[in-house]
Amino acid sequence: MIEHLVILPILIPLVGGLLMLLPPFAGPEKFQYRRVAAAFLMVTQLIVSLVLMESVVQNGATFYAVGDWQPPFGIILYADQLAVMLIVLGAFLGLGATLYSFAGHDREGRYFHPLVQFQLLGIYGAFLTNDLFNLFVFFEVLLIASYTLLMHGDGKQKTSSNLHYVILNLIGSSLFLFALGTLYGITGTLNIPDMSLKIAQLSASNQMIAQAGGFLLLVVFGLKAAMLPLHFWLPQTYAAASAPVAALFAIMTKVGVYCIFRIYTVVFGDQAGELANMIQPWIWPIAMMTIILGTIGVLASTNLRILVGNLVVVSVGTLLISFALRTPEATAAGLIYLLHSTLISGALFLIADMIGQQRGKALDYFVIARKMKQQGLFGVLFVVAAMTIAGLPPFSGFLAKLFILQSALGAEQQMWVWLIILVSSLMTIIALSRAGSTLFWRYNKNTNNAQVTNVSKWQITGAGLLLLASPMLALMGDSVVAYTNNAAVQLHDVSYLIDLMNFAGDTQ
Amino acid sequence: METLYVICVGVLTSCGVYLCLRGRTFSVVVGLTMLSYAVNLFLFSSGRLNLQDAAILGMSESYADPLPQALTLTAIVIGFAMIAFVVILSMRARADLGNDFVDGNEPPDMNKLIKPNRDKS
Repeated sequence: MIEHLVILPILIPLVGGLLMLLPPFAGPEKFQYRRVAAAFLMVTQLIVSLVLMESVVQNGATFYAVGDWQPPFGIILYADQLAVMLIVLGAFLGLGATLYSFAGHDREGRYFHPLVQFQLLGIYGAFLTNDLFNLFVFFEVLLIASYTLLMHGDGKQKTSSNLHYVILNLIGSSLFLFALGTLYGITGTLNIPDMSLKIAQLSASNQMIAQAGGFLLLVVFGLKAAMLPLHFWLPQTYAAASAPVAALFAIMTKVGVYCIFRIYTVVFGDQAGELANMIQPWIWPIAMMTIILGTIGVLASTNLRILVGNLVVVSVGTLLISFALRTPEATAAGLIYLLHSTLISGALFLIADMIGQQRGKALDYFVIARKMKQQGLFGVLFVVAAMTIAGLPPFSGFLAKLFILQSALGAEQQMWVWLIILVSSLMTIIALSRAGSTLFWRYNKNTNNAQVTNVSKWQITGAGLLLLASPMLALMGDSVVAYTNNAAVQLHDVSYLIDLMNFAGDTQ
Repeated sequence: METLYVICVGVLTSCGVYLCLRGRTFSVVVGLTMLSYAVNLFLFSSGRLNLQDAAILGMSESYADPLPQALTLTAIVIGFAMIAFVVILSMRARADLGNDFVDGNEPPDMNKLIKPNRDKS
């Protein structure tokens, strides 16, 4: 049983999601059944992923050969500390979004809960897999689920932004396949650690082709991660999505970032011979420009959801900086920032939705509108979330940004990194305080909000759960830092991975 | 044979890219279809193009690589499903947005615009 633990995070949402399409869960009037099942599945996934995390910490990274086809031929699922940590993050975010949707968002379409399960299936799979083609398949699983989730709840805005999203991602998938074909044609393998061995032994002319394949992959992951210049779709798309969907999508960009970390550390990392760290000179300017443009977007946003979408772009840029530094310390700092930024942007999307619900037609636009009924509650939630995402003490954002700044100490680009991250934080604080004061303090005094209903307890539970994770990250900072340090060391130690898969014998 | 194959993939890809950059959803969908055909052919060729190679061990001196065929099959299935989805979505967008432009706005008809009368000046 324990050796099959690695595949459970994929099996549970797959089987659970399929079962939810059948009686007694099918049918519009059976939504209560689906809710119970969805809550049960989410809690199970969280528990299983925590057990898996515990087992990886105790026994070291493990791999699971699907169908017992040994590497490099079979499809390998590889659970190391980084992958497992992201699965726990995905399950937690999924739990928050699912709880929030119980307030009624899940009734706008019949297949909300099964689709969330399939979406999570794709996300977990992308984190776990150690095979490039399998990564493509899981990307498609999470994409097709996200296409349909984005349409959840109807509306013109959704259709038009979904059309852009789908077309962009279909082109991205084609590019992914071109890159895969190129790399397979040159190296003859799809297994990630095996490819890293083969890349180092290529002849000079083949290296050029492998390089082309590698850069094509970067475009694909960059599109998923919303890095410059492929970020323009994100704010509109996330703003159009229904709130729990947008919260769940907060982890989707991180899938792209994770793939950049994984592929360009293991395959095109330090040991890749001529191609070692080939994307690093490109990532520096891209990361910095992503932060700058994201910050400009934050300042220019006209409503809270677009503002949060732009904050996601800023967080992607910050993560890319921690990638470009290419040290385990920087990666560890980046991982803390990843945990924190995913949870808080998810929470902010939920808060924006609750605020919009009580302001009538003004929604969450920064205009003068009626006073919110639960002003005090939202105010507290918003202030905590805003302080966290801007990086003010005592919350996790401060800790995460501090670690990233610290890891840049002594690097050539130190001055740029410090300047850009600090200025962008300042601008974020300005934009968020302007947004907060408009939303909470500038209201129309004469309007009567007696008919406005209170937000549901589920909504507060969901948003509160995600928000609570941030002070928890800061409180347990010690163990989180120790964990991410180990995860980063494990990611950078490619020879450990190669030994684990037992490739050392094959290569000579 | 390689040259012919390469030209086919190249022409399909460039047509696909060109059509993807058009303004109306119909040409974009056709472009995406062409791109996915091109990518399937390309994937297939990543195992090298060989004539008369056996697929079964022990039947011949040289062997055809079976993996690209499996990859192509998977890619065809996924690509087909995605194209079906985007066709339905663009029909929905046509209904919701009232026109078939990708960005949802019909550009103004240049012929009907009032032209500034330059004769007077």
